[in-house]
Amino acid sequence: MSLAIQQLLLASPPGEEAIRQFLAAHRFPLVEGTSTTFVYKGGGDKVRLRHFIYGLPSSRPMKRVDGTDLWYVIEELPPGSRIEYKLEIVHGKDRQWILDPLNPFTARDPFGANSVCQAAGYETPEWALEDAEARPGRLESVEVPTRAFGGKREVVLYLPARMRPSRQLPLLVAHDGLDYVRYASLKTVLDNLVHRLEIPQLLVALTQSPDRLREYAGDRIHARFLTEDLVPWLEKRFPLQGNPAGRCLMGASFGGVASLATAWYHPGFYGRLLLQSGSFAFTDIGESERGPAFKPVVGFVNGFRAAPGKPVEKIFLSCGVYESLIYENRSLVPLLQTTGMEVRFVEARDGHNWENWRDRLREGLSWLFPGPLWMVYE
Amino acid sequence: MDANSNRRITLLGPQRLAPTLASAVRGSGVAGEVAVVTAGWQEREEELDELREHLGGAVVNLRLYARAEEVFRKDRALARALRQRQERLQRMQELYRLRLSHAMEAARQLLTRRGDPELLTPEREAAVAAIRELDRAHLERVRAVHRDFDASLKPLGRPTLARQRDEIASLLAGCAAFAVAGGHVALLLNRLRLFGIAELVGDKPVFAWSGGAMVLGERLVLFHDDPPQGPGNAEVLESGLGLFTGMLPLPHGRRRLKLDDPLRVGLFARRFGDLACVAMDDGAILRWEGGRWTPTGGDGSRQLLPDGTVSELAA
Repeated sequence: MSLAIQQLLLASPPGEEAIRQFLAAHRFPLVEGTSTTFVYKGGGDKVRLRHFIYGLPSSRPMKRVDGTDLWYVIEELPPGSRIEYKLEIVHGKDRQWILDPLNPFTARDPFGANSVCQAAGYETPEWALEDAEARPGRLESVEVPTRAFGGKREVVLYLPARMRPSRQLPLLVAHDGLDYVRYASLKTVLDNLVHRLEIPQLLVALTQSPDRLREYAGDRIHARFLTEDLVPWLEKRFPLQGNPAGRCLMGASFGGVASLATAWYHPGFYGRLLLQSGSFAFTDIGESERGPAFKPVVGFVNGFRAAPGKPVEKIFLSCGVYESLIYENRSLVPLLQTTGMEVRFVEARDGHNWENWRDRLREGLSWLFPGPLWMVYE
Repeated sequence: MDANSNRRITLLGPQRLAPTLASAVRGSGVAGEVAVVTAGWQEREEELDELREHLGGAVVNLRLYARAEEVFRKDRALARALRQRQERLQRMQELYRLRLSHAMEAARQLLTRRGDPELLTPEREAAVAAIRELDRAHLERVRAVHRDFDASLKPLGRPTLARQRDEIASLLAGCAAFAVAGGHVALLLNRLRLFGIAELVGDKPVFAWSGGAMVLGERLVLFHDDPPQGPGNAEVLESGLGLFTGMLPLPHGRRRLKLDDPLRVGLFARRFGDLACVAMDDGAILRWEGGRWTPTGGDGSRQLLPDGTVSELAA
């Protein structure tokens, strides 16, 4: 069976009305089985699809339909894939990256937004969407004194609905926590998973570093801030379990490095880790090619790989197969398993982005902190 | 004749979003206070404002959760023995779950396999029978643990517990009806059993919803078709209080069961074939009177059938 774009091209060149009807009749990118057609209509000397799939050339030229201003490229995307992309429009020496005007789906991150292509079989998980039945937790800002950094640090807390002083809760510290809330729907996900009893009520400390590339890169001062300042401060003021099984660190990218490093520097203090697309750059020989920001990361990861120990009891890792860090993450898993820690590793057909991290939260959190859903029927 | 045939029991769907308890109580002609058990809510047991408002204030909280905590503080030997019993039961449940997972997988494979019906049909029946036998044997072992516990500890004869039970009996005697809310079903059942509540209720009208409905029946079955971890095999936990027979209430069916999955629905209904398996959602009302069940509520009750379909139980 031919694709819709191929049908359109049977008329050579297709008329303006046929193109208008083609664009009106479909949603773009047009997913037909495993074939996905990206389309752009407009002027330009060249148009390129700029996607973020590691392993494929990140720039894919789009083909102009002769005699028209319609451009297209067909990609084969495995089922369940989710990719983020932009279109690059070239006019002479000018290059402009734009969101796909034909695609209403976008994903935001601290740097802006990307268009999102959902291949066949991908669906936004319904537990990541707002549920009117779920009782909402609340966000509350606190200032935490810190000897490690000096002064105070602002931390936003997620306090679950129906929190009671008589019940001791686990504590989850989320690096880039406000970004998780903004771009990965973390508050909605927590509200829903607690409501569905898939995780217990948790208190979540949403930290946001003013200098994450330094502080999250295996920095011991940052680890001290969490372990000697933040966690004890919270455990004095809130009904928290206050034991390793009730303390979890989570983070994505550099936040994953910060989580693992903090636990490794303070073995036995934390019991759980949730590491998403961790930037676990290492070298077995020679220098890392990932640039200066990774230098301290490489130092930490090399040290960890040489003597991993058993910093926690359970680690959940996830990584997208379309991101370059898949190699580092896959390399880490067998090493972690040799230490006697309980390790679960999940891969997804997605990239280095917040919605990938959002989509793995249910599996990760419910594995690290199983909720009472089998026992509670309210 | 069923020993429970004289009881009047009303089972309701979840009450949080569509409360029907007050109308059910009024419809049963109950005049007077309602004794309520909210032990399944654990540390929120005392938070009865919404319930009081809904019932117009006529509520007496039996406080089984708090009373049990009080008993455990004073009778350390009983508390220790109970903890040991629960740990034993948990280990038994893990072992049962291990066997169950294989038995369920075998049944699912056979039920989806294509081939000669003459060969497949008896194998399928045997696979379902094997699960039933596994459930039955597990239940019997759990009962034996409880029998041994009661025989050696004689909880109802222990002074601290007996004093609390006398107070409960006195409170119950002054009430016109008895109601059990949902929540943590294992804890709820343990508290009801610990204080011997079934024997105190007498012929008062009984109202129960969600987990409360589950613990009053013959068997306590835990279920969730789509948990975030594991295959979602329903598990027999233990015997219920046995205040009614013939029905397995499944609260929050819409959220917890894949009612559009004929394989899961059919296997569930066949596995628990001696009971009517009824998914109870908002608005569901089922009445047990004269030894038989009558749906009297809206459209919240659906029975799971062995052929994999569900049938609305209309009033």
